[in-house]
Amino acid sequence: MKFITLILCVYMHFGALAAQSPTSLINGTKDERHALYALINARIFVDKDTILDEASLLIQDNEIISVGHDISIPAHAIVRNLQGASIYPGFILMDSDYGLTKPDKKTPFSFFGKEIMDSTIEGVVNTNEAIKASYHAVEDFHHDAKTAKSLRSNGFSTVLSSKHDGIMRGTSALISLNDEIAQLSVVNSLQAFHMSFDKGSSKQLYPISLMGSSALLRQTWLDAIWYGDGKSDFTDLDLKAINETDDLLQIFEVSNWQQALLAKKIVKEFDKNIVIKTSGDSYKHIAEIKRLDSSLIVPLSFPKALNVSDELDAWNVSYEKMLEWKAAPYNLYFLNKHGIEFAIIPDKQKSFLKDLRKAIKKGLPTSAALAALTSTPARILNNSKLGHLNSGASANFIITNGDIFSKDGMIAENWVAGKRFVINELPQLASGYYQLILPDKTRQIELKNTAGKIKLKGKDKESKTKYKVKLNSEFVTVEVKDKDESIKLLGLIDNNSIHNIAGQHPEWKMARVSDSKKETIKDKLAKEDKSQVPLIPNPFSAYGIQQPSKAESFLISNTTVWTNEDEGILTGTDVLVKNGKIVKIGKNITSKVENTIDGTDMHLTAGIIDEHSHIALLSVNDIAVNSSMVRMEDALDSDSVNIYRNLAGGVTAAQLLHGSANPLGGQSALIKMRWGATSDELLIENSDPFIKFALGENVKRSRSQQSIRYPLTRMGVEQVYRDAFTNALSYEKEWNDYNNLSKRAKKKTSAPRRDLMLDATLQIINKERFVSCHSYVQSEINMLMKVADDFNFSINTFTHILEGYKVADKMLEHGAGASTFADWWTYKWEVNYAIPYNASIMTNVGVTTAINSDSAEMSRRLNQEAAKSMKYGNLTEEQALKLVTLNPAKLLHLDDRMGSIKVGKDADIVLWSNNPLSIYAKATKTFVDGKLLYDRDRQVEIENQIAEARNELIKALNQSDGPKMPASMEPSKQMHCDSLTGYEYLLGEVK
Amino acid sequence: MKYLIMILTLISTISIALSPQPITEMTDAVYHNATVHIGNGKVMEGATLVIEKGRISRIGYYKMSWQKSDIDLKGKHIYPGFILPVTNIGLNEIGAVKATIDDNEVGQMNPNVRAIVAYNTDSELPPTLKYNGVLLAQTTPQGGLVSGLSSIVQLDAWNWQDAAVVTDDAVHVNWPSIMQAKFDFATFTMKTEKNKKYSQQLNQIKSLFDDAKMSLQKSSNPMNLKLGAVIPVFSGQRKVYIHTDDAKAIIASINYFQEVGVKNIVLVTAQGSEPVIGFIKQSGVAVIVSSTHDLPQRSDSSVDSGYTMANKLHNAGVLVALAYPGIMSSRNLAFTAGTLVSYGMEKEQALQLITGNTAKILGIDKDYGTLEAGKSATLIITDGDALDMRGNKVLEAYIDGRKINLQGRQQELNQRYLQKYGIK
Repeated sequence: MKFITLILCVYMHFGALAAQSPTSLINGTKDERHALYALINARIFVDKDTILDEASLLIQDNEIISVGHDISIPAHAIVRNLQGASIYPGFILMDSDYGLTKPDKKTPFSFFGKEIMDSTIEGVVNTNEAIKASYHAVEDFHHDAKTAKSLRSNGFSTVLSSKHDGIMRGTSALISLNDEIAQLSVVNSLQAFHMSFDKGSSKQLYPISLMGSSALLRQTWLDAIWYGDGKSDFTDLDLKAINETDDLLQIFEVSNWQQALLAKKIVKEFDKNIVIKTSGDSYKHIAEIKRLDSSLIVPLSFPKALNVSDELDAWNVSYEKMLEWKAAPYNLYFLNKHGIEFAIIPDKQKSFLKDLRKAIKKGLPTSAALAALTSTPARILNNSKLGHLNSGASANFIITNGDIFSKDGMIAENWVAGKRFVINELPQLASGYYQLILPDKTRQIELKNTAGKIKLKGKDKESKTKYKVKLNSEFVTVEVKDKDESIKLLGLIDNNSIHNIAGQHPEWKMARVSDSKKETIKDKLAKEDKSQVPLIPNPFSAYGIQQPSKAESFLISNTTVWTNEDEGILTGTDVLVKNGKIVKIGKNITSKVENTIDGTDMHLTAGIIDEHSHIALLSVNDIAVNSSMVRMEDALDSDSVNIYRNLAGGVTAAQLLHGSANPLGGQSALIKMRWGATSDELLIENSDPFIKFALGENVKRSRSQQSIRYPLTRMGVEQVYRDAFTNALSYEKEWNDYNNLSKRAKKKTSAPRRDLMLDATLQIINKERFVSCHSYVQSEINMLMKVADDFNFSINTFTHILEGYKVADKMLEHGAGASTFADWWTYKWEVNYAIPYNASIMTNVGVTTAINSDSAEMSRRLNQEAAKSMKYGNLTEEQALKLVTLNPAKLLHLDDRMGSIKVGKDADIVLWSNNPLSIYAKATKTFVDGKLLYDRDRQVEIENQIAEARNELIKALNQSDGPKMPASMEPSKQMHCDSLTGYEYLLGEVK
Repeated sequence: MKYLIMILTLISTISIALSPQPITEMTDAVYHNATVHIGNGKVMEGATLVIEKGRISRIGYYKMSWQKSDIDLKGKHIYPGFILPVTNIGLNEIGAVKATIDDNEVGQMNPNVRAIVAYNTDSELPPTLKYNGVLLAQTTPQGGLVSGLSSIVQLDAWNWQDAAVVTDDAVHVNWPSIMQAKFDFATFTMKTEKNKKYSQQLNQIKSLFDDAKMSLQKSSNPMNLKLGAVIPVFSGQRKVYIHTDDAKAIIASINYFQEVGVKNIVLVTAQGSEPVIGFIKQSGVAVIVSSTHDLPQRSDSSVDSGYTMANKLHNAGVLVALAYPGIMSSRNLAFTAGTLVSYGMEKEQALQLITGNTAKILGIDKDYGTLEAGKSATLIITDGDALDMRGNKVLEAYIDGRKINLQGRQQELNQRYLQKYGIK
């Protein structure tokens, strides 16, 4: 005993001794030790597949010398008996800003403030402040003893440290938590390159949207390639750094599953591989995440339970919010089940082990949990010395009492780089089977030590002998009581055994024999009932619970068909749909399709197409004056319930437009309302590319008193266009000149810089991309047509176009179409002369005219908006319906497959309960590609189902314990033309 | 009719950019064979309606000889003029131009500010409302905790004094909620959090009404404008309109105002009232549904929940009327009533929600809201079903027996450009 204490003392002393830098001068005498340690009799988790019981680990300095059952232990080794304890490889923390300076706070965004157009950072750096590629964590790193201690107490020995700031964040360093000076803590000074879509502390205005961040990333990579050619007389340390770190591991942080998909999409374009740091919501679309084929870094983030104990609070909370609470703890279970490789990181440092155990309780196998903290991070980091305890590995390991993944488990020691850190004292007596040896009798006993509370009982269940044990530092009394006798024994603890005090009688001994019989060493799979695993609806929405019909062939019989063709309105007519297409229109069609829908007393029309919509988008506006490089398809949200609501209003397709903050806005996404499809599948195949332009008050930033952004007048707006198109043409020439060079000449000449903005702008001039221009007053409408004429292209569509009635003849001549509101006006000065006769006048002049929504609510009533053209402008019913069907199809170049009921066209059709132009008409069935995606006849059933699902979640929330968040209504985003946040309607900043 | 349009077109070429001239003279008229929608849930087919000296003198079925000036309205409809409650009409011209906005005074407690004095009869908006059948409105201040006093106006007047039907009819209170939505710049999302000022805000409102009540006990007249504005609510002479869409705030506010002895309470709310419809019914308070053409409040709500809110309240037996948020689209008031029909309400009942019920709630039902003998001749004649875009063509309109001019600037611009393009 004395010996052990002595060893421990020496050892502890050694542990506290800081190593010295090899380059420093020693103030005193050199004190270097290279002790050899043998940790014996422990359960050793060598790696995720190898668990050795009662094995030994031999270490010296920062190296595992050997591990196993029968390893020879040199005589000079310091031996420690770890009977009853377990040894795991040290955990690797894959995401941290340990030891780095904190980024500046985000600048609050102001709608009306003065714009910061340029980077506020001086130096030879990128012109966008969110590009911080030349940052190197190792240059910023300093030792932080307090954080290191807290990390070690959770089992971490190595952390990947990166600064969480910016879109390109520079490199991380791999740091050991060995508590040494900074020079001795760095494991890898250049470990990985980091990215995100979050511009962080950047004060510069652009980018302000998800699609803007995406465009900036793409442009910056293109710039790096261009810069890498080395022929430029331009220096940018960030571009240089990107090229220098190209071979590094690339880690992309995202804040939701949609961003994970986007990250993968854009890196593919550049042949890059990424590891994705997720936000813990992969369970929402696990199949899509699996398809990414990327390793993930996954936080243990579990939304707090909501307090729904009172029914009025409960009423405020959505099904989706409650399901997030229920399902998020299963995230790792789902990831593991689908064979996705992942590393686990804490969400909150404090509750890390608790959260981890919760995930295990929800079905994450312990072996997977261990791998996710050890071998997987090591593999991702390509570091063969980390994540396991085979010989040659770094001496990073944790010693625990009990199973670290179970509630009773406790980290006793964390050895980092061969240095021992005591977190908690190991128990003096470990649980297990013991032998109590008295001179006359040997008893078999089981000892249970739960957090210092020790209980003894006979190993044989039949045994009626009672035992009592009391510890008083190293002194122990053991009482044995059976029917014959009662003995009291005093002894001393010595390394998991007790013996009598030398010289005192009786002579006795209680020694540990083995571990108790308990769970096999193999994986304890979750004990949790599998029926508890929540069903995840697709889309992740209450309206995703019901899977829509897959049938694409059916007959609609005996209905009134509004063909939108020369045939006009046909009564008592049948329409046959096969494989998603309209194949036959006529009376009394006989067909073999099983499904016949009786359309008696109903009306069938082509699906409504909304030329101007901002639904199903994560953001709408970027802010660069020419934002033509941003793509709305990068911000699609296929989970948006507004898709379903649009179907309920008979809408089957829409153009999702960029906002109106810029003369040249972003590239449109043309979608069909394919509820249940992924974002990519929402996009209409082989559609022509479109782009948003905008004129007038929004681009002049008229609402801002302090705006300095060019242009502030309609005069400036014209110049923006002429400038953009002129630049695009010279860009084209530059490329043509370069491409026409001989191979040899090319080698000597720098390739022009590829510019995504000019690419898109040039497409417009070359009639490869088509303009939908937000516009109000006649002067600006005429201006843009003149500009387009001068550059030999036409404006495809003027959208909003509230003074179109004043220049309809000019528009007709130019070849522009119009997509307008039925009766919006008066919300700003430039709409003062808007009249509800606009659509009818333009129609009568011959302009292809549509009526659009720009509103997630109104898009559900576009048929009624179209009907107003009859009330005001005396259009016929057929003309009116075309305003929201065939005409928008024409404007979007989709009329070859949509917009009318014609053989060969897509079966994007709607069955209405009444004349579709009546306010009393409701869409009873909406089909997209022949699939019945909205069925009013089933609404009651579906709503009941949702109510039931809600009630179950409320019940579960009420039964759960722990702290709860107050429940209240989550405002929904409502995107309009000049939305930046989608909450302007709440903040008093509308339209 | 054609002749009339021609004259109007001629006038319009002169008066363009001005709102149409208010009519001063009363016109007597006899209409036969009309489908008369009374506004109280009943409809009379082929009925006769007689306007005399600003009033409806006869309505129903009479054996009377036709005079030359009598008008046959076979196939046409007569409705009471629609009433738009809780609107900022005349106070807000162009949303984005501050100089044209007079609906929101600075400060939280403004019970004494009066909408009527700022009501602009020359606004460009009333003509567009009248064109669609809205003839009366309650012009109402906004903002703060207590926004001020509304007034009821008729929409064809030379000045606000002529426009006033009832001045200072109600004081408007925006009852606070325990939870509040706040924009979070870090995540660019809206977060709900506890309203830290909740109890302070409640105290502000309560002390106003409590102090006003106490001052009634004093013999002398109050010298305080704010208390003075509130005192009439205890006699029932002035109403209290509670604006909130939060279930708990609905309960708290109604309980408070009933306890403190406010006689006439009206609740202005929307989908947030759904879980407390039972309480609202029990309280006896009338409801103005502020918005019908609305997205569902929760992502999992029924897709129709905005469209059916008024129906739910009505079906529960609550007295309900419809408002329309903002001014830019409030000319569509009749179509929100049409929406209720689409979702299950009877047509004549839905009509009540923009006529008879509204008049009752506003306290002007003695003269307005229904077509009954002795009441004001404030009505519209339409080509078809006024609740449906397909039928809502207002041919003629009367306010207090004055046959008003429906042709506004928008109609004149239409004519001008039809002419320019030679469209017939």
